[in-house]
Amino acid sequence: MRTLTTEQTTHPVLIFWIIAGWVGFFLLPWYGVEDFFTFEWLIDGYPFDEDYAPAAFLIGQGEKLWLTPMFLGLLLPLLALGRRKTDPIYAKLLIAAGAIGFGWLILQGFTIGIRGWNFEWAKALFGELGDRQFGMGYGALICASAFLFLFTQGIAARGAINGDVFVVSAIGGVVVIVTAFVFFPIAKMLTAAFITEDGGYSAGVFASKFFDDRLWGLGCLSGGRCGVAWNSLFLAVLVGLITTVLGLIFALVVTRSGFRYKRALRALTVLPIITPPFVIGLALILLFGLSGSVTVFFSDMFGIQPTRWLYGLPGILIAQTLAFTPIAFLVLIGVVEGVSPSMEEAAQTLRASKWQVFKTVSLPLMRPGLANAFLLGFIESMADFGNPLVLGGNYDVLSTEIFFAIVGAQYDQGKAAVLAMVLLCFTLGAFYAQRFWLGKKSYTTVSGKGDSGVHPHMPRALSIPVLAMAMIWAAFTMVVYVMIFYGSVVELWGVNNTLTLKHYVTAFSFRIEDSGIRWSGAAWDSFWTTLKIAAIAAPLTAIVGLITAYLLTRQTFAGKNAFEFGTMLSFAIPGTVIGVSYILAFNVPPVEITGTGIILVVSFIFRNMPVGVRAGIASMSQLDKSLDESSLTLGANSWQTFRRIILPLLRPAILAALVYSFVRAMTAISAVIFLVSAEYDMATSYIIGRVENNDYGLAIAYSTTLIFVMLSVVALMQFIVGRTEIGRRMTQSRTNT
Amino acid sequence: MSINSKAAPVSFRNVTKVYGTDVVAVDDINLEIEAGKLVTLLGPSGCGKTTTLRMIAGLEMATKGSIHIGDRDVTLLPATDRDVSMVFQSYALFPHMSVMENVSYGLGFSGFDKSETKDRAAQGLDLVGLRGYGDRLPSELSGGQQQRVAVARALVLEPQVLLFDEPLSNLDAKLRRQVREEIRDIQQNLGLTVVYVTHDQEEALAVSDEIVVMRNASIAQIGSPRDLYDAPADRFVADFIGEANIIPCEITSVSKDVATIKIDAFTHKLPARGLPVGPAALAVRPTRLKLGAKTGMKMTLQKATYVGSRMEYTLKAGFGEVFAVSEDVDTPLEPGADIMVGLDAIGPVLLPPDQSH
Ligand SMILES: Nc1ncnc2c1ncn2[C@@H]1O[C@H](COP(=O)(O)OP(=O)(O)OP(=O)(O)O)[C@@H](O)[C@H]1O
Ligand SMILES: [Mg+2]
Repeated sequence: MRTLTTEQTTHPVLIFWIIAGWVGFFLLPWYGVEDFFTFEWLIDGYPFDEDYAPAAFLIGQGEKLWLTPMFLGLLLPLLALGRRKTDPIYAKLLIAAGAIGFGWLILQGFTIGIRGWNFEWAKALFGELGDRQFGMGYGALICASAFLFLFTQGIAARGAINGDVFVVSAIGGVVVIVTAFVFFPIAKMLTAAFITEDGGYSAGVFASKFFDDRLWGLGCLSGGRCGVAWNSLFLAVLVGLITTVLGLIFALVVTRSGFRYKRALRALTVLPIITPPFVIGLALILLFGLSGSVTVFFSDMFGIQPTRWLYGLPGILIAQTLAFTPIAFLVLIGVVEGVSPSMEEAAQTLRASKWQVFKTVSLPLMRPGLANAFLLGFIESMADFGNPLVLGGNYDVLSTEIFFAIVGAQYDQGKAAVLAMVLLCFTLGAFYAQRFWLGKKSYTTVSGKGDSGVHPHMPRALSIPVLAMAMIWAAFTMVVYVMIFYGSVVELWGVNNTLTLKHYVTAFSFRIEDSGIRWSGAAWDSFWTTLKIAAIAAPLTAIVGLITAYLLTRQTFAGKNAFEFGTMLSFAIPGTVIGVSYILAFNVPPVEITGTGIILVVSFIFRNMPVGVRAGIASMSQLDKSLDESSLTLGANSWQTFRRIILPLLRPAILAALVYSFVRAMTAISAVIFLVSAEYDMATSYIIGRVENNDYGLAIAYSTTLIFVMLSVVALMQFIVGRTEIGRRMTQSRTNT
Repeated sequence: MSINSKAAPVSFRNVTKVYGTDVVAVDDINLEIEAGKLVTLLGPSGCGKTTTLRMIAGLEMATKGSIHIGDRDVTLLPATDRDVSMVFQSYALFPHMSVMENVSYGLGFSGFDKSETKDRAAQGLDLVGLRGYGDRLPSELSGGQQQRVAVARALVLEPQVLLFDEPLSNLDAKLRRQVREEIRDIQQNLGLTVVYVTHDQEEALAVSDEIVVMRNASIAQIGSPRDLYDAPADRFVADFIGEANIIPCEITSVSKDVATIKIDAFTHKLPARGLPVGPAALAVRPTRLKLGAKTGMKMTLQKATYVGSRMEYTLKAGFGEVFAVSEDVDTPLEPGADIMVGLDAIGPVLLPPDQSH
């Protein structure tokens, strides 16, 4: 007999969050503590010292009395214990507790800051406060979570989403963190677009910046230069198309051909993803720049005058294509593998030739994947800033303009904000175009019936050009990487080509001493920081991304469209903007995390989450819903269904999300460069520093090391997550002969 | 310990289901399903069978009305909390789990310990004749075997109600007959309450204790297979269950619920079923027509087909075509002949006149 959750009077989840709330209020320091995890604060005056005291101790000592109302939010849920969920009072109590606690926490956080009242009206109303408060710490964080989840439990008990606590809490959690870390900073940043130099607000300022000729000029049609907006758009469309086609080619070669070196090819396509940005740009310069090897070779052999053709659109296009094709590949491989073989087999038996099967069944079924891949390529290109920085020449794009608007001599936040809005419009436009193209068709292909077919091979007419393209790309990629490696072991590129390991020694030397290993190399600090931050960010990103994907594909609830829009928004915002907006939003209470590692982790989660979401959506929409439903009718609740059915079937998507977010966290630069601090320096910003000092050798050596480290991490993750046994009769596809 | 039944009755009270804002999939239906009975939902495509079933499972929530299982109101309970199992048309076996893991899946959530779970799962597989298949993956089974795994997976939970949504539509004809008998046997041996969706009327007649014929989101008739076959409530049911000839007629007089009807020159007496004097319709099964009777309707034989066990005839009458069947295969009638066609004493039933005319 099934235990009925509606008739229980003990609620483990409720008890957990009540305890969490009390711990947050009574035990943990309420305000932010530097170096929390060294636990030095424990012996440094805790729990009475004002800096380290929990909220309850502060109040007890007559300080920060405005925290008191929150205690009510901790008392109310106690009354709900022992009641049934169906009891209307249960729901009311929890909703009231959550709303009071959470609402008050936010309200006091925004109204009282480091200089007392944050708003003039509050001062006018209540008079001088004579006290102040700093950013919230773990106590506040845990309390806020407790209030939030008490609230969602109350909502669920009222019958929302069939009373499903997991789903309601997941929605609540995602909404709150996306609001806090996407909408709030962006809103703060965008208001900057209307701020005049003397601090007032004016729409005129915005208009003059928005209609600037530098943005929208069409000079290139008559031989001049076009506006940066057009430049970005043109580049992004090209990159989106090319990477999608190339990604599809690789996915086809790996899954549907008799090609023997699939694994090697697969590894090769992953390389650019694990390469820090601008490294590909640097390698292209080493090859095709004015004194690049290829350029020199051709001018020596054929007397061709070296030109600067690389700098501008061609260079950025090549670099971005190299860099982003693997993203398209990762998206498409899942989709191509996911197309149910029985569909293709069915078509074959309907007298379709291999080519017709491909054209009429396989390709249309891959449509969601293709659309996703294009969107990713488009947005990545829009947001990329490393390559245009290195290779852009006179071809200015939005992302670099934003960067220079902020770090350059201009320091014009308003301009950066306006440019960011233009960028946002483009990416959102692409987002809607994709929606429109996909329409309402269902692309479900993995059904609950054990699927026992095998994928047919590509038609020969297709496989030859596809293989050829793949080989050319592979060869080119290999050359690029050989150049990178070679560049790291020569004294000084183009000037002194003697082989040396000195760059590696400078960066990564260590000594073994009595007291242990001494990491004496210059790069170690940033290296460890990077690894740590990436390792923390990756699983969090994957979790948030997949839960969001689950909500989007499997649940219906009011406001779902807005929800999807919100989660996708952070993806459409280039890292540069994230960086700047985070600095603006998070260097003052209530959330004061600039200069910490947390801000880096958070920025990575919300930069990379959409990839997890997309990967999750693409694979989840291929899982037949009857699988979830039968799990539910067998007595599993939605959390158990998520964990035992959906997650295992989604392993490829999880792997993709994990790998991608880890790697992105290690190679990201655009947001990072604003957010690093002396204590938390990241590898990429360290390398950029080296490049600025013309220390190319060290920069490339460090990059090479990173590439190898990430390679091993990726391999390790692949090993841990393992491959899903979907249970096709053969995992290999049939041979052509 | 063995697999038992906790069979419970199901009742629908004024249940309506609206998808979105205006798609009425189920319109104000009342339905009582007795414990331990196999009840089929039968009807043309899109009439709301699956929706009704999913409301019992808790996969859809009723827009209006209430649903009871046993003595409990489950209207607001989600699927997880209902003691109901469902076998899906696509079987929905979890492709990443072995057969044993699939069958044990639900037991894990029902508070059984490890060894008990294992025992029960093994018994479930035994029951459907799949002992020894536990380690295979679903993809390594035939369609019929997958189907039985899905049944075992649902059975081992000893649900109050077991639901089937067109469980046989993926199987070949022979297997269909075999599996449907297996399902019926298991249901009767364990005394399960089963709700079964199909649009195959033969299947419904063969397995059901009771059939619910649905039409356009509402219930057209509820009854035992025999009731429906012999006494359809209206033309729709008569047509849908088995074949029926619908013959327009005139009720000339009614006394003590016996009606005298007139078809052209032919008169006949039969139960009035509450119909008043005036135009009506007569539903007659092809087997209930007496060919070559002394008195009857005058018809011309158009086509005779020998199908082995019987003869099938198409006849032409003043009001249209009639289809008849005769056991007499040795002296077949010749096409072109004019014959009198009479009615069996039991079988033919009066229906209200066709509303559409
Ligand atoms: N999710 C949905 N959203 C909107 N309309 C739906 C949905 N599911 C079903 N319907 C509509 O509700 C009606 C009843 O559907 P239902 O699936 O119950 O039919 P059915 O009797 O099972 O048909 P079939 O025999 O073809 O399976 C149909 O008109 C269908 O179009
Ligand atoms: Mg149906």
